[in-house]
Formats: sequence, C-alpha cells, structure tokens
Amino acid sequence: MAALTELTVSEAVRVLSEGGTTSTSLLEALLQRIDQHDGAIHAYVSIDREDAMRQAEAADARRKRGESAPLLGVPIAVKDLFNVKGQPCTCGSRMLEGYIAPFDATVITRLREAGAVIVGRLNMDEFAMGSSTENSAWGPSRNPWNTDCVPGGSSGGNAAAVAADIAFASLGTDTGGSVRQPASFCGCVGLKPTYGRISRYGVVAYASSLDQVGPVTKDVRDTALLMNVMSGLDLRDSTSLNVPTPDFTTALGRDLRGLRLGLPSEYFGAGLDPEVERAVRAATDVCRSLGAEIVSVSLPQTKFAIPTYYVIATAEASANLARFDGIRYGARVKADSPLELYEQTRARGFGSEVKRRIILGTYVLSSGYYDAYYLRAQKVRRWIRAGFDDAFRSCDALLTPTAPTPAFRFGEKSADPLQMYLSDIFTATVNLAGGCALSVPCGFSATGMPIGMQVIGPALAEETLLRVGHAYEQATDWHLRRPQLKASV
Amino acid sequence: MSWQADIGLEIHVQLRTRTKMFCGCPNAFGAEPNTHVCPTCLGYPGTLPVANADAIRLTVRSGMLLDSTIGLRSKFDRKNYFYPDVSKNYQITQYDEPLCIGGHLDIVVDGQTRRIGITRIHLEEDVAKNIHFGSDSGVDFNRAGTPLMEIVTEPDLHTPEEALAFLQALKQVLQYGEVSDCNLEQGNIRCDINCSVRQVGAERLGTKTELKNMNTFRGVFRALQHEIPRQIRELERGRSIVQETRRWDEASGRTEAMRGKEDAHDYRYFPEPDLPPVQLTEEEVARWRAELPELPVARRARLVQAHGLPEYDAGVLVADKEVADFFEAALQAGAPAKAASNWIMTELLARVSETGASIHSLRITPAALASLLQLVEKKVINGPTAKEVLALVLAEGGEPEAIVKQRGLAQVSDTGALEAFAAQAISANPKSVADYQAGKPAAFEFLVGQVMRLSRGKANPQLVRELLKKQLG
Amino acid sequence: MRMTDSARPSDGFDVAYVARLARLHLEENERAQLQGQLEQILSYVDALKEADVSGLAPMIQAVETENVLRSDEVSPGVDREAALANAPEHRLGLFIVPRILE
Repeated sequence: MAALTELTVSEAVRVLSEGGTTSTSLLEALLQRIDQHDGAIHAYVSIDREDAMRQAEAADARRKRGESAPLLGVPIAVKDLFNVKGQPCTCGSRMLEGYIAPFDATVITRLREAGAVIVGRLNMDEFAMGSSTENSAWGPSRNPWNTDCVPGGSSGGNAAAVAADIAFASLGTDTGGSVRQPASFCGCVGLKPTYGRISRYGVVAYASSLDQVGPVTKDVRDTALLMNVMSGLDLRDSTSLNVPTPDFTTALGRDLRGLRLGLPSEYFGAGLDPEVERAVRAATDVCRSLGAEIVSVSLPQTKFAIPTYYVIATAEASANLARFDGIRYGARVKADSPLELYEQTRARGFGSEVKRRIILGTYVLSSGYYDAYYLRAQKVRRWIRAGFDDAFRSCDALLTPTAPTPAFRFGEKSADPLQMYLSDIFTATVNLAGGCALSVPCGFSATGMPIGMQVIGPALAEETLLRVGHAYEQATDWHLRRPQLKASV
Repeated sequence: MSWQADIGLEIHVQLRTRTKMFCGCPNAFGAEPNTHVCPTCLGYPGTLPVANADAIRLTVRSGMLLDSTIGLRSKFDRKNYFYPDVSKNYQITQYDEPLCIGGHLDIVVDGQTRRIGITRIHLEEDVAKNIHFGSDSGVDFNRAGTPLMEIVTEPDLHTPEEALAFLQALKQVLQYGEVSDCNLEQGNIRCDINCSVRQVGAERLGTKTELKNMNTFRGVFRALQHEIPRQIRELERGRSIVQETRRWDEASGRTEAMRGKEDAHDYRYFPEPDLPPVQLTEEEVARWRAELPELPVARRARLVQAHGLPEYDAGVLVADKEVADFFEAALQAGAPAKAASNWIMTELLARVSETGASIHSLRITPAALASLLQLVEKKVINGPTAKEVLALVLAEGGEPEAIVKQRGLAQVSDTGALEAFAAQAISANPKSVADYQAGKPAAFEFLVGQVMRLSRGKANPQLVRELLKKQLG
Repeated sequence: MRMTDSARPSDGFDVAYVARLARLHLEENERAQLQGQLEQILSYVDALKEADVSGLAPMIQAVETENVLRSDEVSPGVDREAALANAPEHRLGLFIVPRILE
C-alpha cells in the first residue's frame, strides 16, 4: 500500500471505514511528513497539533461507536482566512497578528459535522490579493515541483500542500482565480463553485460579490466529495443560494457523449505560452475522443475582464478592509488621536499590494470618478455576463487554459503589479460572469512544471464540470504524478 | 428688512424591533456595555449582514402613515467613513433607492394647518455609543447595528414653533403606528437641523448650516430660536453665512461651529454586495396597509361617536396614544365612559405630568380604575372616598374593591342607622334646627355635615338629606 | 477658496488625497511609487471607456437574487469577555480608543 499521506480523501475514507488505519494514525503520518517537507515548501503558517489530535481522537471514538460520516477522521487543511473557533486567522497579514477567531465559519461547521479533522492553516497572499503568495507577510510558499517557482496564489499554500502530499485536501477561496491558478501551477484539481453555492459566512472577505470558497484536491472525486459536504443554503449569508445540493459524485464515471464543449478563440491568442496552448489543445482532443463535440465560440468581452475585475474587486476590498483599524481586534499602533490610530495602524499592518488595491478601490469609488470607473465596470460586468450567456447557447461548457503560463519564478512579476494582474486573465471572467470553473492537470512544460486546463460552466453547472474533469482524468495520468521532494530535515 | 427662515429636519428614529438590523442581537436600551453584541455587529472579519424583515415592514408602515410612495424595489448601500463608533468603518444605509419616497405631515400652529413635505424615508443601522474619559474614549457597541429609520423633510418649516409642532406630530404618528416608542430619554428620536434664512420674497434658499445630534424637542426649539436670529444678524451686518456644521450647546444656550471635521465628505457610497435588493409585492404592501393601526384623528372621532365624549375630552385623550389606550382598556373593563374620561384627564394626567412618567407606569391599572368607578356608580362609595381610594392605589397598588372592604369605606345606606344619626344630630343642635325652621338653608347643610361626621364620611349624602328633611318636618 | 481636507484636485489621480480617504499613512517614497504604479494601472483600466455599455444595467451580484431577509428573532451573541478578548485595549467593558474630539 502507498504511504498514508499519498492517499486521496476518498481513499482515506475507504481505508478508515475498512479499519485499515485510524484518524490519529493518518494525522501522525501527515504531521511527520509536514515536519520533513514544509520547511522547504512553507505551505503552512500555523498548525495546532494538540487541537488536531483531539479532533482525530474524537473521530476515532465516533467510528468506534459505530457512527459514520462522509469525511469521518480525514484531516483537511484550510487557507488562513477561514474563521475556526479558537484558532488564529491572519489572512497572511500582520494586521491580524494575535487575532483568535471567536466562531466557526459555516463551511468549517459543515466539515466538522461531516467528521473532518480541521488541521493547519495555509499560507496565502495577504488578504487573498495576489497570484504567487509573494504578498504573504509570513514569506512565500514554494512550488513543490520547483522551489524556485511560485505555487501561484492567492491560495498558494493550498496547492503547494496538496501537491506535496502534506495535505489530503484543502479549502481555499477564489475571487479572480485564487483556487484555479495555484491548482494549475502545482498540478492539483481546483474548483471555483457558483457564487452562493457555498456560504461565505466566516470567510474573511476580499471582494464580496466575487469571493467563493473552493476546494483544492488531488483528484476530481475528492472535489465532488467536499462539494457534497460544503454546499447548501446558509441563513447567515444573504447571498447563499436556496438551491438543492445534488450528490456531485453521480457526475463521475460517465463519458462525454452528448456534451458540447466550446473553445473560446480569445483564450488562445497572443500572450498564451505555446507549451500551455499545446497541452490544452491536446487535452481537447482527449475530450473529443471521449465523445464530446468540440465547437468554436467567441467571448469578445474578454479583453475587458481584467480592467473590470480590478475596479470591482478593489472597490469592494477598500470597504471590506476598512474594518481593520486596531480597535476591536488585531494589531494596533499607539496613537494620540483616532485619525492617527487609523493611519498608522493601517500603514504598519498592510503590505504594499494590499495598500495598492485599497487605494485603487478607494479612488474608483471617490466623488467624481464613481461613474467613470465603478459604475461603468458594473455595466461592463453585465456585458461580460451576456457574452457567457451567448456562448452557453451553443455549448455546455468551455475548455480553456487556466493560466497563460506555467508557474513563474520568484520575483519575475512581483515588481510589475500589472503583469501580475494579467495572470488572472482566464479566470477572473468567470467570477465576474457568475459561472463556475474547474482546473484539472493536463500536462507539463519542458521544464517539468504542471499545466492546467480550465472547464468553465454557467451558474450551477458544477456537475457538468466534474463529469468532464473526471472523464478526462480517467483517460490521463497527469494527476497521479508527484513532485520529487528533498527532505529538508 | 424682513427675513424668513427655511428649516428642514433629518429625523433618526429607532424602530421597535426585537433584534438589530443585520444580526440577531437584542435591540434593547440600558444593558451593561458590550453585552448585546456578536461578531457581526462588532464588525468581525468574515461576518455578513442579514436584513431584519420587521424593520423593513415598520419603515414601510411609517411611509404609509406619512403618505409616502412606497418604493417596491429598494436596496442597501455602504457609506464609507472611519469613526470609532462604526464597527466596519462603513455604515449600511440606503442611498439612491430608499424604501419610501415623498409624503407629508400636517401640523397646526396658532390654529393654522400647514402641510410639511417629506422627501424620503430610508433604513440604516445605528452606530455605537462613545463614552469620553479624560485622556481617551470608550466604545459600547450595544446600540451598533440597531435599526434606524431616517425621515428627511423638505425645507418647509419656517419657525421654531413649526419645527416643534412637526416633531410632536411626527412622534404622535409614529407612536400610533407602533413603529417606535419615541422615548426621548432613550434617544429613540434624534435629529439634525438644516437651517437657512432669506429675505421674504427671495426665490432662492439662503446658505444653510447644519445643527447636528439634537436629542430633545426643546433643544431643537431653543437652538432654532438662537440660530435664526444669528444668521439674520450676520446677513444684516453684510456678512455671509458659512455652510458648516454647528453644535447646540444646551448649557450656554448658543450654537457654535464644530471644529473642522477630520472627514472629507466623500462617502464613496456603493451598493452593498452582501445584501440582495428588497423587492416588495403589491399584495404585501396592500396587506401591510390593511394592518395599519388607527390614527389619532380617526380615533378621536370614534371616541366621540361611540362613547358620547365631548370633542374636547376626546382630543385630550388621543393626544398621547398611551393615554387613549389606557382609557379604552378601562372601558373594556367596564368603566363608564364619561367618568373614566374625567378621572383620567384630571387625577391621572395630573399625576403623569407631575412625575413625567408614562400613564402605564402608574400603579393603577385600567381594570382598577374601572372597578373604582363602578363602585362610585353603584353608590358603594361616594366621590370623596373614591379619591381617597385612588390615592391609596396610586401609592401602594392594589384592588379598589378589596381596599374598600378592608378599610370599611363602603358608604352607609342603611336607613335605620342613618335615621339614628339624624335624630342624634337634631337633638344635639337645637339652634341649627331653629335656624333651619326660620328659613336659613346654611343651617340644613350644617346638619347634613353633622350626620356625615357621625357616619365617618361614609353616609350616602342623598339619603341623609332625605331623612333629615323628613325628621325636621 | 478655502483649502480643506475635502478640497480635491480638479482631475487626475492624487495618491495623497486617496490615501487620506483610506486612512493609510504613506511615507514619501511609498507615495511617489504608488502614484506612478497607480497611474499605469489606471491607464490600463481606462480601456473600460471603450466598452459600449449603453442600455446595460449595473450588475451588482454574481448571481442575482432578492428578498433574503431574516425574521425578527433573537439569536445568541457573545458574552462581554469574548467580545473584548481580541481588543488591543479595553477597560470597564469598553473598547478603548484615543480621545475622540467631537
């Protein structure tokens, strides 16, 4: 049998239920591997081992009593922006140094009810703003496939941990690609569900109308399993959708006959790395061979996606991050007046990318500029949405690259914010349009870096995405490859 | 030169809901600091607002009471500004799509009725309370996030008297609507005043000043009494009015400019992405309209018609909804209408105005008043005794009937006993008897008094007179 | 005209004004760098002006819904100790801030 830490979630569930191992053994194996490898990867910002062990023991006790639950005893790691009662939640920022969450996010509650063991907090770009984890106040995470490369971001810790088998699966968030792009950079599966499918309550907000919780997993089946547990109406989140949660695993194991998949020409143009293009086109051929009909579509609004995204996301962020003022929680700089308290605390607490986005977002809402930027972006957003509606009239889902390039090197883009923003070009449109999208591994570059294919669907079409992703995964073995890690201890 | 003032009010009214606007914490006054709080109203990262349906209903009801147009579609917006009493450093409010648009309220000043325009009514969340110490300040978030309705008037008011009349009329309507308790001590109503002056006949309004955070009606009245002449004086001296925020200082009786606010007035309003828009249906609005409580004018007419009260009495009773409610509750319990009205208007309202408390906080209940008045009506006790019983109830509470029994206060209507008292009075006062027979009516009254005294005040006065007349021949 | 905090430049992006609105103190070098970076980003964002948005309503929600309300019922909050547990400074049950001048 493979090492315990190599198990997927579904395999771990099976082994646990067959009595082949215990939750405490799984956790011990995981913690041991983290000790061996996280020094080099830096996927985690903190781990409460005692708390995790208590949860694992409780899960084992539940199993002994004959109880069962979908994820009973499986350790799951979370991005450092989920409130988990009694645990820190820094969002990769000095601003929240010392903060202890007084409540569980709704998804955490649901995972606990499903028997999961919540273990470890994963590194991220500060307040989810970034595409490389280089914006974390606690230092970047490294890509397990090449530690000179970024793991992507903002959920970079998620993807690095899952790729390095130092997490069985993880919970991230995706505002403009923050789950899918790191999944693609690290060779994992990442899903951005439909907005409202999973409650945002307790998840620290970046851009409220775009944020969505999404899993990063080793394969598509695990994504389906986690979606079963996490989805559904939450009365604490007014934007949570009142729709039934299907059994997402029923979408697995089917071929692609009868499905029409579109290739948007704008996603295969200038700026796309040739190796990425080759890999995604090859993946398209695999889908065709599985029975899908491949059609060409056009999304002429694509070039407006990044400007629209950066206006809307930063505007919302400028308000969402106003609450960090050193009064009720978090770090504080001593001051003689409230004004000075705000200005100094925020100057000290926020990193440069966060400041940049707060200033951009404040500006686009400010008097005299609202109509030209914010209001206009909201209208363009509707036009982008209309473009997707048109495309989905002629196909069931779209196939695109997840990111224009494989993982880049540290420092390669961090000096030029605009270049960094452009790495969200294929992903941010989906958040704007209100659809859902899945990234699955579809090959490697010549230098051995993973490449991801994105499957995009309209709202609530997760089952279609999982069906395509799983069929493709079954026909290929990209998701089974593992990076060679040098033990750091 | 003659001047006219133009006054508009922005009135903030705390709604009578059980819970806050966007979380389930209690909406209650007077608790220990920071005990009615949760992560949401403390602005914790990751928390989300969910709007209170009842606050929306009460705001729409207010709009109906003020003849507003109900905005079937409305939404919430974020108003961005940093202040320690705003937990998220933005306030959730309604910017360009409020729940109610337009409307009016009639006021009567010096016998003249004037119609004052309402611009809009919207719903927002209240802020926390700051408490100032010597070198720092403390923040109590109990009030943070409680539902606050803002009513904005047109600049239709011209005098301090009109502003006061408007606030009183508004308070009456909102209390009748059961929208707010309108308790001024608890800060249920606070307002900002916009005030400008112009020459009579001038077309354009003058430059206005804003007087912030007025929390008593008297304060509004006095502040305007000061601010209007101040502006006129400035203009008559050839100066111009600076558009600014001023503060009313109750102690010195003056308004003064507030120090330059740190805030630039760039609130960066934008639609609240955490809250879907509110879409009311015609049916819902119609149902709410059908549930509207009776308003003072209708109630007064009904009291006159159904109970034969004089117009004046009905007017006094309905002026305060709680008083009218007390009256009607007493009727329900069997009190005769005219007597109840008399007793409430004289005895109870006197007590209310002495103590400043509400009529419901008196120790007499409507049922107790009814029972007391029935005792009088059935001649179990006489008027003076009834007043005595009322004083006891007001002081100690209790049931009038039980008090009368316990203390033996029932009036004596036993003819045998009274005949004996009459005979005793006649034989003890031969001079008075002689005077009476000589045609001096005062002598008869003296004898009546003697019989009452012998009965310790409990004799039925009517009966005493009859018996005396009979015995004196 | 009297220069106040609320006076703003007639046009263009002024990082100092915006940073003040956002309550961010910036050092001189930061200010210069951000001014340049933001001007570059804004000139890229200006592409929005080329989009034909006539007749389009603003899209505020990713998935559009309406009327999500709660009934007026009390739900448990946190006790005072928990409310103050994360506060950098508290006294007498209150969150303490530098003296607020009204």
